[in-house]
Amino acid sequence: MSTRRTRKRLLGAVAMLMVAGLVSAGCGSRVGASGPGGASAGSCADTSGNSVKIGFLNSLSGTMAISEKTVHDSLLLAAEQINTRGGVLGKQLNVVSEDGASEPTIFAEKAGKLISSDCVAAVFGGWTSASRKAMLPVFEGANSLLFYPVQYEGLEASPNIFYTGATTNQQIVPALDYLKQKGVKSLFLVGSDYVFPRTANKEIKAYAKANGIEIKGEEYAPLGHTDFATIVNKVKGAGAAAVFNTLNGDSNVAFFKEYRNAGLTPAAMPVVSVSIAEEEIGGIGLDNVVGQLTAWNYYQTIDSPTNAAFVQAFKGKYGQNRVTSDPMEAAYTSLFLWKAMVEKANSFKTDDIRKAADGVSYDAPEGTVTVNGANHHIAKTALIGKVGPDALIHADWSSGAPIQPDPFLKSYDWAKGLTG
Amino acid sequence: MQALFSQLVAGLSLGSILLLAALGLALTFGQMGVINMAHGEFIMAGAYTAFVVQGVIADAGISLLLAIPLGFLVGGLMGVILEATLIRRMYYRPLDTLLVTWGVSLILQQVARDIFGAPNVDVRAPGWLSGSIDLGITQVPAARLFILVLAAAAVIGLSLVLKMTPLGRRIRGVVQNRDLAETVGISTRSADRLTFFIGSGLAGIAGVALTLLGSTGPTLGTSYIVDAFLVVVAGGIGQIKGAVIAAFGLGLLQATFEYSTTASIAKVMVFVVIVVFLQIRPQGIFSVRTRSLA
Repeated sequence: MSTRRTRKRLLGAVAMLMVAGLVSAGCGSRVGASGPGGASAGSCADTSGNSVKIGFLNSLSGTMAISEKTVHDSLLLAAEQINTRGGVLGKQLNVVSEDGASEPTIFAEKAGKLISSDCVAAVFGGWTSASRKAMLPVFEGANSLLFYPVQYEGLEASPNIFYTGATTNQQIVPALDYLKQKGVKSLFLVGSDYVFPRTANKEIKAYAKANGIEIKGEEYAPLGHTDFATIVNKVKGAGAAAVFNTLNGDSNVAFFKEYRNAGLTPAAMPVVSVSIAEEEIGGIGLDNVVGQLTAWNYYQTIDSPTNAAFVQAFKGKYGQNRVTSDPMEAAYTSLFLWKAMVEKANSFKTDDIRKAADGVSYDAPEGTVTVNGANHHIAKTALIGKVGPDALIHADWSSGAPIQPDPFLKSYDWAKGLTG
Repeated sequence: MQALFSQLVAGLSLGSILLLAALGLALTFGQMGVINMAHGEFIMAGAYTAFVVQGVIADAGISLLLAIPLGFLVGGLMGVILEATLIRRMYYRPLDTLLVTWGVSLILQQVARDIFGAPNVDVRAPGWLSGSIDLGITQVPAARLFILVLAAAAVIGLSLVLKMTPLGRRIRGVVQNRDLAETVGISTRSADRLTFFIGSGLAGIAGVALTLLGSTGPTLGTSYIVDAFLVVVAGGIGQIKGAVIAAFGLGLLQATFEYSTTASIAKVMVFVVIVVFLQIRPQGIFSVRTRSLA
């Protein structure tokens, strides 16, 4: 009797879960569907008054909150600064924040909500490539704009997205150039098992083949992998000159602790990372990463008046113990770039902004950046940095001038035949 | 040959980590039948305990040794509070417990995020636990050796408590036949609460140990909860020795598969092995024979 009752209850609960799933899926598809039909949805933004709404869409909960919360903080700082300096075209910015909850489907759903029910003029946010790929059709369908602030794997150029982080030829290629210059003849590739590291490693292997660098091994760990004993054993056994690390998230902590415990040092076998910034060093433990290399376009230690003002403003708003990092700076810059585009176009309309975008530049904390109107990426300077004993990253090498974005690596001979 | 030994060490070490994470669960899920999804967050609480203790006592060695009993206490107290407020009301309703404790786990993650901030925090390892110990044939990271010893101590301690003390006899009595135990005058309520205290406390110890190897952040527990359940289910409900064998078995399997294939494939292969194993032996490696009808 009692078992029958529990089974009934179990079935009931499962049915309830399924219904809930269907309902939310229904909502999701409705949002997607309203896109193409509602071309007006993109222009429902009300810009007649003395304020204009913009949307911030970052994960404030879930596994990605650790990184995306910092981007949200710097976006809020940028909005505050723009407002105190008179707004955009004289209009104050009215921020609507939404939580993407580390789920690509929720990103798509919330993007739809921001566009068609909050009627925002533009959306800023996203972090993982999965979240960007989920939002892309929503923005293209509604002909609205997304500003995406994180370095990524390239091979994309949507007319409705502006990419203010680095594409591969502004981060990974310079890192490889640097290693080659240092005489590195062999590499071991370690990455998380998803689209960014796999695509990045494909490019690294093509580069290595053309430049006589031997790839001694290639290992992927599932996202959230916590035990790196085996992978570090393989790295140690292979004896490469350096390790190229595209791990993402918490895995970096476990990897670097294991790496150090296994007796591997930055002097003997340096690790170049593309996902570790100032923010992550505290969590990994300074002792475990000091002396290791990173590839970015911005470091807190950049010595310029613009950066000093940015760092000071950020610490003033959020506390002296906070640090600034590349994605935060790219997000901060994205809001100012949007402002400059709107002011150049003298309009908040997507089509006008797109037309005005080419050549818009901004004196950002990382240096002067310029929008490329053809592929919606921005020209940035690449910096290879070394983690210092002060837990900050210090640039060891610079590309000197901003590198033109080339998301499809068309200008590189070795990259011919690469596809996403 | 050296690779073989270093993989053997990696497997044993992974097994000891799984064992530490699963030992408390073997008690609460295995013995009491409570599916506690918040077990992972007790692990997280233990890890943050280590962080807080290190904030007070700067010496990494002393603070680590002190954090172990404190982590046990923090995890245990959280477990007792959860038992007294929620789980007590839903014994014999496993599905409801699963949903409710999952909700609790999400709440606890957010609480940790609000108290300690979203980024990971750093718990420094003491000098004597960084680096490797040379065994001639292979090198063993000192931190992993420490965890292996700690896991062994936890298993021995738990078995002694369950076998030798009146308290342990009461717990075992309640597990084997709740009605009969109640009839002979054992307070099943207090036995339940004690079991939960010990089980959750062991999660706290696991959390302290894990700071030596991985990240200390709000989502620390979610990385271990599934593996911990796998160990308990494969080991057989209600048996500590089952959990021990299952933990080391899974650890060695994962290390072996991972060495010959990749980390992702190894994970899949381990799952396949467990599924096949449970088809053949649904009750796990060991099972308790009881006369109760449950």
